[in-house]
Amino acid sequence: MRFFGRGHGACPGCGLTIAVRNVLEALEGKCFVANPTGCLEIISSQYGKNAWGVPYIHSLFDNVAAVASGISEALKAMGREDEGKVVVFAGDGATADIGLTLHGMFDRNHDVIYICLDNEAYQNTGHQQSALTPLGEATTTTPVGKIMLGKMGRKKDMIAIALAHGSPYVATSSAVLPADIRRKVKKAAGIVGAKYIQIHCPCVTGWGIDGKEVVKVGNLAIETALYPIVEFENGKLLTVRKLKDRKPVEEYLKLQRRFRHLFTNPEGKKIIAEIQRIADANALKYNIDLKK
Amino acid sequence: MKKVVRGFYSVAYAVKLCRPNVVCAYPITPQTEIVENLAEMYANGELENCRYITAESEFAAASILVGASAAGARTFTATCSQGLILMSEVLFNAAGMRLPIVVANPNRALSAPLSIWNDLQDSMVLRDAGIIQVYVESNQEAHDMIPQAYKIAEDKRVMLPFMVCLDGFKLTHAHEPVDLLEQSLVDEFLPPYRPEVYLTTKKPVAFGCYAPPNIYMEFRVAMQRAMERAQGVIEKVFREWAEFSRRDWGGHLEIVYPESRNFVIAMGSLVGLLRKVVGELRKEGLSIGLVKLRTFRPFPFEDLRRVLGNAEKIIVIDRSVSLGYEGNLSIELKSALYGLSPEIISMILCLGGRDISKENLEKILRNAVLGKEGSGFKGYIEFEEVVP
Ligand SMILES: Cc1ncc(C[n+]2csc(CCOP(=O)(O)OP(=O)(O)O)c2C)c(N)n1
Ligand SMILES: [Mg+2]
Repeated sequence: MRFFGRGHGACPGCGLTIAVRNVLEALEGKCFVANPTGCLEIISSQYGKNAWGVPYIHSLFDNVAAVASGISEALKAMGREDEGKVVVFAGDGATADIGLTLHGMFDRNHDVIYICLDNEAYQNTGHQQSALTPLGEATTTTPVGKIMLGKMGRKKDMIAIALAHGSPYVATSSAVLPADIRRKVKKAAGIVGAKYIQIHCPCVTGWGIDGKEVVKVGNLAIETALYPIVEFENGKLLTVRKLKDRKPVEEYLKLQRRFRHLFTNPEGKKIIAEIQRIADANALKYNIDLKK
Repeated sequence: MKKVVRGFYSVAYAVKLCRPNVVCAYPITPQTEIVENLAEMYANGELENCRYITAESEFAAASILVGASAAGARTFTATCSQGLILMSEVLFNAAGMRLPIVVANPNRALSAPLSIWNDLQDSMVLRDAGIIQVYVESNQEAHDMIPQAYKIAEDKRVMLPFMVCLDGFKLTHAHEPVDLLEQSLVDEFLPPYRPEVYLTTKKPVAFGCYAPPNIYMEFRVAMQRAMERAQGVIEKVFREWAEFSRRDWGGHLEIVYPESRNFVIAMGSLVGLLRKVVGELRKEGLSIGLVKLRTFRPFPFEDLRRVLGNAEKIIVIDRSVSLGYEGNLSIELKSALYGLSPEIISMILCLGGRDISKENLEKILRNAVLGKEGSGFKGYIEFEEVVP
């Protein structure tokens, strides 16, 4: 790999690295990468083992959008915008929880492609819940116990937040859709302003799946409508990935250790039903089901 | 050109003359007017090749400058008090990445209780960050310090952030005649910022690596060495400035009446008042001199040992306190003078903007020299504490 990969330390099957490679390929390596603390940073930026073939900065866990905004503005001030695009690769925790500088980036509409690599928990620190952890997932901070069955809140709707900020380009994608990632990143690169792309990234260790199941599980998230693949330009819905035969959520859930308790605990059925309602609502909201 | 201006303008105008590429800050009293003045210059197109960014917090402002500085830009921010400690996570990080960001800090007390008034507690929090800290006495010195700050911070032997500390309100809002520098003079003194390594697609490098135990320590050793080298670079730049501007502010220290047996040492604008007080006490026949400490980090311990090593008594004026121990400068000075025998009297005054009159200052210094006044808080009103 030209732009990323030499010597990185990710688990086999890691969704993050698939997503990153495709983004960098789409930009032909003409970019500046800002990356907060998290799995991706740890596996790629150890001193002496830098895996990045593009200019890269890691500052802190909680400030990546501001750091990227600063790069973007500095390039403008110095007349160096032509050198490349400014890209963020941030985890879901760094994006939806602690990374409040994201809102300043949106507000001032800095020219940044912000990519949220959504593996649905703080995986770097050992699988704690984030605002993007879905309902029912067992994490180490939302464990399964006598009175609690994993995370009891909902997944934060970052897409709606990005849209509410007036972001000129907002999309979702998945590590299992490399062509979709590339197309969307190329599209985003042609639009000025603060773009937001959220990529679903299976995590073998955190989710409790086998490396060879990554593609299957990632696809099932889409095929159940739990992870709608959508794209907005200037607030207008451009594309939705439609489904012919939407699958029941159990098919997705049952393959992953993080949801196993939903099938063994007597109360699990209720939560599965609630998760199915979320999938149904997604399908309705984005008109995902193709009429037969 | 001599003009009567307020402190915040003297700082803002000097920043403009240094041709920053990215200016980014967040309002906080009494700093606000510094960035307001820069915003006005920006709005009028007076800042060339510069982006002025209205950040959503001090934390974001400092973070934006981390990105900008790593990309090779000359950067400036100003903040104080709550804003400075909100920035602290980022500033420690910027120092570790060796980014020569210049920060103006109009010193202000920390909450609680909330106070917008002056003491030095805020910058003391950043003592260990790897940031150069210089304290100024007047608005002219603040004005002159900005180009020197860039020159020192950006020196290849240094490459560390630089914080110019000036007393909030007491300097920032005071009207003083300031000889405003000419652009041509600053251009001649301060070359453009050309870092050896910066973020560029032409030669990709990584900033902010993660360091396992086999290498972390070496990075910190390198920072300490940079601080040690900064001692010499600061002295050199201060001397160069004296020749350039014909205003000699001294080195790390300024010593008034060096032949004295006793000394008072302080930082910042209070030194102005102390000059008068010490003059009066000498008229009374007391042998007392004055040490103005300009550089707080790197701490000029060798200069201090040389100047104060043989003193009988040293009265340290602190305007901040390490709660649970004593005044911050006292702690530093005692450590610097370890093994030498001057008696050190530590006085903590003026917290949260509390004034001290010239008469009162004279009295406590006189008594201290005569052995009738000891260490502790001075100038507060005795009160009965309710301990439930
Ligand atoms: C201020 C701060 N708080 C906490 C941490 C510890 N920490 C580092 S990475 C991380 C979680 C990262 O999660 P996410 O952003 O989802 O990225 P992932 O590792 O899952 O890809 C946490 C909690 C930190 N580095 N800084
Ligand atoms: Mg995560």
